[in-house]
Amino acid sequence: MFDNFVVPDLLPAAPEIFLAVMALAILMIDLLVKDSRRTVTYLLTQLTLVGCVLIQFGTSTGEIVYTFSNMFVDDLMSDLLKLFLYVTVFVVMLYSRGYIIERPTMNKGEYYVLTLFATLGMMVMISANHFLTIYLGLELLSLSLYAMVAMNRDSVTSTEAAMKYFVLGALASGLLLYGMSMIYGATGTLEITGVGERLLSGGVNKSVLVFGLVFLVSGLAFKLGVVPFHMWIPDVYHGAPTSVTLFIGSAPKLAAFAIVMRLLVNGLITMAADWQMMLIILSVLSMAIGNLAAIAQTNLKRMLAYSAISHMGFMLLGITTGVVSGDARYALNAYSSAMFYVIAYVMMSAGTFGMILLMSRAGFEADNLDDFKGLNKRSPWFAGVMLMLMFSMAGVPFFVGFFAKFSVLQAVVAAGYMWLAIVAVLFSLIGAFYYLRVVKLMYFDAPADETPIAAGLDMKILVSVNGLAVAGFGLFPQMIMSLCAYALLRSL
Amino acid sequence: MSNYLLSLAIWIPIFGGFGVLVAGSLGDDSKARATALLVAVAGFLVTIPLWTGFDVANGGMQFVELQTWIPRFNINYHLGVDGISMLFVLLNAFITIIVVAAGWEVIQNKVAQYNAAFLIMSGLMNGIFTSLDGVLFYVFFEASLIPLYLIIGIWGGPNRVYAAFKFFLYTLFGSLLLLIALMYLFIQSGGSFSILEWHKLPLQLGPQIWIFLAFMISFAVKVPMWPVHTWLPDAHVEAPTGGSIVLAAIALKLGAYGFLRFSLPIAPDASHELSSLVIGLSLIAVVYIGFVALVQSDMKKLVAYSSIAHMGFVTLGFFLFSAIGIEGALVQMVSHGFVSGAMFFCIGVMYDRVHSRQIADYGGVVNTMPKFAALFMLFSMANAGLPATSGFIGEFMIILGAVKLNFWVAFAAASSLIVGAAYTLWMYKRVVFGDVANHHVAEMSDINKREFAILGVLALCTLGMGLYPQPFTEVMHASVNELLNHVNISKIH
Repeated sequence: MFDNFVVPDLLPAAPEIFLAVMALAILMIDLLVKDSRRTVTYLLTQLTLVGCVLIQFGTSTGEIVYTFSNMFVDDLMSDLLKLFLYVTVFVVMLYSRGYIIERPTMNKGEYYVLTLFATLGMMVMISANHFLTIYLGLELLSLSLYAMVAMNRDSVTSTEAAMKYFVLGALASGLLLYGMSMIYGATGTLEITGVGERLLSGGVNKSVLVFGLVFLVSGLAFKLGVVPFHMWIPDVYHGAPTSVTLFIGSAPKLAAFAIVMRLLVNGLITMAADWQMMLIILSVLSMAIGNLAAIAQTNLKRMLAYSAISHMGFMLLGITTGVVSGDARYALNAYSSAMFYVIAYVMMSAGTFGMILLMSRAGFEADNLDDFKGLNKRSPWFAGVMLMLMFSMAGVPFFVGFFAKFSVLQAVVAAGYMWLAIVAVLFSLIGAFYYLRVVKLMYFDAPADETPIAAGLDMKILVSVNGLAVAGFGLFPQMIMSLCAYALLRSL
Repeated sequence: MSNYLLSLAIWIPIFGGFGVLVAGSLGDDSKARATALLVAVAGFLVTIPLWTGFDVANGGMQFVELQTWIPRFNINYHLGVDGISMLFVLLNAFITIIVVAAGWEVIQNKVAQYNAAFLIMSGLMNGIFTSLDGVLFYVFFEASLIPLYLIIGIWGGPNRVYAAFKFFLYTLFGSLLLLIALMYLFIQSGGSFSILEWHKLPLQLGPQIWIFLAFMISFAVKVPMWPVHTWLPDAHVEAPTGGSIVLAAIALKLGAYGFLRFSLPIAPDASHELSSLVIGLSLIAVVYIGFVALVQSDMKKLVAYSSIAHMGFVTLGFFLFSAIGIEGALVQMVSHGFVSGAMFFCIGVMYDRVHSRQIADYGGVVNTMPKFAALFMLFSMANAGLPATSGFIGEFMIILGAVKLNFWVAFAAASSLIVGAAYTLWMYKRVVFGDVANHHVAEMSDINKREFAILGVLALCTLGMGLYPQPFTEVMHASVNELLNHVNISKIH
């Protein structure tokens, strides 16, 4: 009965397997660890991530390798995205450390294990070459995140946010599945590269396909959090404990970018004319609503939520401009600019939420804009770090956010969408206003409370390094830019 | 060493600025001040060889530095100066010393950050004047908004927040369109951001006009030209004295410089096509804004409006497409740097003593501050364009150039000499002459040594340039001719 059973090549999935094993092990070990000695769990989690980095380097071949009957793919794009993912999760855990220690309801072993499972989900998404693999990874990520949002179970806002996230997330998963089933109906395969081949060979029912595509794009838009599927973003960002917001606001963007690339570019590139039009609408709406609504916010987490919406809209511009009337000359340029944008955004977003965590202390969340009043008096250095992060988000040089916007904009201009470039810069002008307001609060206003910043030294160093990285990669963006371009060149 | 002069001129003030922050947090305010002055002087000293070692016969770029920066987009760290930009690097480095000295006693709040912001901005502006790569230019151009935003917002007057936001968003709006134009040129030139290559890039009239308009919006906001000038009076009124000096003496020149480096040589046909538009807007600035200045009751606002009028002369000079017009405009820019800087400093001197900028709060200042009144007189005359001061040379050259083009344009421009004299001297009369107006004026003490030194140096510059402009104009000739070669040859084939 095992005649047809072939042991798949496990090597391309080695980091995933390692992480899964470690997550289960940590789950068991944590049962033996007393609450006061949770550091053990924490260190094991971080060690796991370091191990993943090493395994990733060790197993990367630079070639496109399919395994598990073509359900799983390992290419340079996935290697690079996963490496940034490990680093991001590592940094997120470091940032969250002080925050969750001060909040005993959250400092449970589950917090760490759920983080690892969410990471595993993202890794699977990044490497998926099959609709079911994508769905598997997506659900693993989402279910872990629902639980993490509700982790602070005594908080009404957190519970409400988790409910909202769960209901809307389930709806989005439904849309995505429905779209996938339609495409399966039209092409007869669930394999992403297979879908691409069927479409190329022709004879596919176009109307069923487009019908499925609409649902697929809607589901992706939900997960990316772009207008008009953005409703959950502000509530979840606001309601979740800040350390979880930091997690949701950073790493999953990498995975979301990956599945957009897998589904739309690897699978449905021949339908580019159809989905590009949809993405343009989503992108322009996101930049408009995201930037305008952010102005009205008084809560920093909500403001950053709307800012995330506008940033994802901007990133989509890069994906939109890959194919111009059937000509894929600019594809590499366009997709790598979007990838650079996502990585830059994750860097900035992690730093900004890190600043909120830095300013928070036991029983106090520094998540209102007014909490940043007069920061320049309290701590000139961290006011400077926040200044760099804000100007980077606004896309002002010399910070990495500028070159992120720059690379996407040049892709848009190269593709000949001049009007789109003008719309994009006009909305980023509006966006500059609310970032400037944060700077204004820190520098022009008198502080509301004069208490010095109480965070630990590791936290202070990390936030500083994060801020300096935003400036450093702004001065020398070449390295990440060419890495993205090279990874995509070898993967497309 | 001489190969890295421009890099030094850019990075000494920037790194020095961070050094001042360190000095301020380790030591006290006086340490920060001393470091700042040291850095400013060092920054000025490295720019002097640019003038002494300048080859006046060479119209191309000198002191060129070229390093790859971002090969992914073919962006280079490409620096160089010609006769057009060299003087502004010196002017900028010189004004930085003045600014640090001007805030010596006045600024007591966050001294290190104040000086650091000015030094960093000075370095960034040197970067703007020396960049030969479009993206490098843009990066400096936009980054220089950050320090000025902070300067206005932290050390400004009561309405500083509004002024800071207005300044930032107005200028950002302009520069974003510039960015798109740069990208378009990047695509058209087959993947180059080199400004000098763009000068040779053939373009059809249609694209040229779009590029010209995008450039123009960006630079017109910076100059500022009527009708996008409204941010300037607000920014000037709210900014601290040092901020006003830098704004008037250097920041306004950036927009005008952009016209010369980008608009004219890259889109020459569009420049000719649309020259009447620019000349029209310039004349409105010269005449109408002159009258607006006449009715101001706030001294800083009055000088701010007079700056707009003077910059109107500059843009007028550019679009005469003749050597005398462009050289006159360049002389006017340098002169305006000295004179407007000095005017704002004079107002700052009075403001420090009385804490008012209203003309009505003064009167009879000459009785209590005779030395100050004499120097203020000189700068007022220069601002009005009196012969033998630097203010005269530039305006005279531009009017000469304008007569060749059209008598009525020259007539309208020349009428501003009368209006300019009227608003400046009338203000001077109301503030300085007459009886002592109130006890505040009676208590004013005359300028101290520091203030005298600053005004004295500026007075020497103003008079020196007015009496013997030759050293200033001789460096320009070759480069201006080179520029005219590009401007007067059509790019349409």
